[in-house]
Amino acid sequence: MSSSLNPSSITGAKRWLIAGVLLAVVVSMFSTQFNRYYLGILVDIGINIILAVSLNLINGHTGQFSLGHAGFMAVGGYTAAKISLVISPMLPPALQPVIFLFALVAGGALAALAGLGVGVPSLRLRGDYLAIVTLGFGEIIRVVVQNMESVGAASGLKGIPKYTTLGWTFGLAALTIYFVSALVNSTYGRGFIAVSDDEVAASSMGINPVRYKVTAFVTGAFFAGIAGGLYAHHKQFLSPTGFDFLKSIDIVVMVILGGMGRTAGVVVAAIILTLLPEVLRQFSEYRMIIYSLLIIVLMMARPQGLFTWTRKKGGAPA
Amino acid sequence: MSQPLLKLDSATIRFGGLTAVSNFSLEVNPSELIGLIGPNGAGKTTAFNMITGVYQPTEGHIHLNGRSIAGVKPHDLTRQGIARTFQNIRLFGSLSVIDNVRAAMQLHCKHGVRASLWRGSRFKSLEKEVETRALELLDIFKLGSLRDEDAKSLPYGDQRRLEIVRALATRPKLLLLDEPAAGMNPTEKEELMHLIRFIKDKFQIAVMLVEHDMTVVMGICERIAVLEYGIKIAEGAPQQIQRDPKVIAAYLGTETDKEEPGDA
Repeated sequence: MSSSLNPSSITGAKRWLIAGVLLAVVVSMFSTQFNRYYLGILVDIGINIILAVSLNLINGHTGQFSLGHAGFMAVGGYTAAKISLVISPMLPPALQPVIFLFALVAGGALAALAGLGVGVPSLRLRGDYLAIVTLGFGEIIRVVVQNMESVGAASGLKGIPKYTTLGWTFGLAALTIYFVSALVNSTYGRGFIAVSDDEVAASSMGINPVRYKVTAFVTGAFFAGIAGGLYAHHKQFLSPTGFDFLKSIDIVVMVILGGMGRTAGVVVAAIILTLLPEVLRQFSEYRMIIYSLLIIVLMMARPQGLFTWTRKKGGAPA
Repeated sequence: MSQPLLKLDSATIRFGGLTAVSNFSLEVNPSELIGLIGPNGAGKTTAFNMITGVYQPTEGHIHLNGRSIAGVKPHDLTRQGIARTFQNIRLFGSLSVIDNVRAAMQLHCKHGVRASLWRGSRFKSLEKEVETRALELLDIFKLGSLRDEDAKSLPYGDQRRLEIVRALATRPKLLLLDEPAAGMNPTEKEELMHLIRFIKDKFQIAVMLVEHDMTVVMGICERIAVLEYGIKIAEGAPQQIQRDPKVIAAYLGTETDKEEPGDA
């Protein structure tokens, strides 16, 4: 598939990325033939993969405990939605992908900025304390949005154009997976895991824990922002209540269930935990009880996460 | 004599009302093997923590290569040439043996975030180089065959050696070893003594060790400083130290025997 794209510079991991993006785009072309309900769930899965994999960089690889992912998602979502709401009527429809890309990147960038804002002051905090600070941050974002008339305040932001397709979602999910794995699977990236294992030892080995943590926060927040943008243009409606801390917890559960720091496991967990509530829909009022019970059982059976293959040994993947 | 590599100039550190190290002055010359001994709680590890930037001295100065290290963060000090091991082993438990060394090597890597993401040919050759160098180091210390084991699954002695390898991977000028012989049997101690001498000669670096085991300290150190209650009570060659009445008093109490202060 990648033969037309100068094969010499495209090897290994990059080939997977290109294959993933192309596959997403191709499948997306046929998406009109899918049942709309299933299509919606597929997009949900893709968005959750982006959220879980990006949070895994912060919580899994770097060993921080962030509960603010929904907050970053909200920043990205509202920014992207507002941009396309304002710009799209002014430009011809042919430019739609350009507008969307711009909106997504702008949302991601603003979320990354928020990540920097939270990351820097909270770096002195560890574990539970950091979790509480990020939790507080997420709630602040939600409350601010709830009171901002320009984004619909409590009644929500309506009429967002439906730009999100299967191709965009899974293309960006592939990019997120590539980005996070490539970052971690290198000599540079060993620093993230070193910081997570033992910060004191890491700093006496010349690893700057602050820089690694900030990098993790900014990168994670950026992709959460992208996911927020996709979500906004998928649901076409944003409400502040959709970004409360329960949403953050959902993403944390995906990371923990998948196995902290295991990208493949986290992807599978994101898929399972998105499907589970849908599968259980027939049990109507009992479904959240069953959902929670299943999580408890899974956690007791595999506390180390669903997939705990050891990390790629030795060098970076070729 | 040339400029000392490390110079402590009446370094003092207080934690609230407790003076952990008081007026500690010491010079370490390039490629010197120096020992820091003292009874439990004498402030040896605290002195180490001052030298490595974990603690800032309350008073006094520390100079590395003539430059003050006041306010310099531990990871920057490593860049300037100080590496250490820990009293209680602190390896990166979830990384393999070779990745522990690679993590320490990122300090001198020219390829960072962008190269890791792009993964071009330059990245690959540099990664290959890092791997080769890490393996070379591991081979010197007979850990090459264990490269893919989890660091925490190694036997105790190997973990201690791996910690030294990891410290050497940062290319230090001064290597600080915090109780390297702790928990070792006599054979392992013998090996350790060879190893430390070998490191000093092969890498041409200064080694400073904190150690309780007198056989090891007396056996390899060229110079020894003795701390008691945070105060330096003696400094000199091993033979001098062994006969120093203050040192004997510190270790055995004032009732001095003929016995050497062995097996303290």
